Amino acid sequence: MSAEAIQDEARRPSAFWRGARLGLPVVVAAGPFGLLFGALAVENGFSVFEAVLMSATIYGGASQMVGIELFGQKVAPWLIVLSIFAVNFRHVLYSGAVGRRIGHWPLARQAFAFFFLVDPQYAESETKGERGEEITFAWYMGMALPIYVCWVAETWLGAMFGNMIPNPQALGLDFLLPIYFLGLVMGFRNRPLWLPIVIASAAASILAYKTIGSPWHVSVGAVTGILLAAAMPGRANGGKRP
Amino acid sequence: MSTTVWIILAGAVMTYLTRIGGHMVLSRFERIHPRVEAGLNAVPAAVLTTLVAPVAVSAGPAEAIALLVAGLVSLRAGMMPMFLTGAAVLIALRQVIG
Repeated sequence: MSAEAIQDEARRPSAFWRGARLGLPVVVAAGPFGLLFGALAVENGFSVFEAVLMSATIYGGASQMVGIELFGQKVAPWLIVLSIFAVNFRHVLYSGAVGRRIGHWPLARQAFAFFFLVDPQYAESETKGERGEEITFAWYMGMALPIYVCWVAETWLGAMFGNMIPNPQALGLDFLLPIYFLGLVMGFRNRPLWLPIVIASAAASILAYKTIGSPWHVSVGAVTGILLAAAMPGRANGGKRP
Repeated sequence: MSTTVWIILAGAVMTYLTRIGGHMVLSRFERIHPRVEAGLNAVPAAVLTTLVAPVAVSAGPAEAIALLVAGLVSLRAGMMPMFLTGAAVLIALRQVIG
């Protein structure tokens, strides 16, 4: 970057605030789910502290929802951890992609930044990188920190609120998670091989649920869908790289 | 510490590994094998489907109809309208069918 470009950079709103502006819609969209997570975590047997701890340390909405769902079903602890890992495994791809763009940062900054690599953070970083713009630490954290702080705060609010609901069943709280998960599944529908994967995973998980029983339906169903996709890579490559 | 806290902390470590591991491992390879990439791409949909399908087939009519309506809404709208419609249908039907 030339001296002129650096001056240009200084005249615009600072990199941190430009990042924060990109984070704003994410804060708004994730807000209700932060509250929902807090309330459902308490409903499924978590304390308020545990709910907030989970948001603060895992910081991955879908995997946290999976975690509390399985916890509520009294699934073995190691399988809950494995399921959280499985749901978050897609971050490996994000990490590989974003790593190429921030690999020149000091190591401590990289290690810190990767903690915040959630889906929208990845998406905006890739978009910025593909435009040929440099991803600075200030910009990255400008986007990441408001999303993170709000997510943790909403979890706390939701958990406090969840503690006060007398009859969660009437509010449908116990069945909101499957609806939420269906929404996530539908959100992936433009990916290659989506329908065959979903059909295979659904059939295998239902079969496992009825025969060997919970919690094995999760691993059996997931592995079936993944193997199907791995067996048909030719068609899967029709899509663009994640 | 309680088991719950251990589950959370172990989940946090595993999650952090996915976020830093891609850079540490994948960056050593020039190209990811297409089968591996296709498998990785399939992970979220495959895992999340297993949390919906068995529940859907063993749920009562109110729950099944709520899922169906939410699924249809999601074809046209985003996550939030889909979710709110599903929740509204569920709460309304539970008042009626119980």
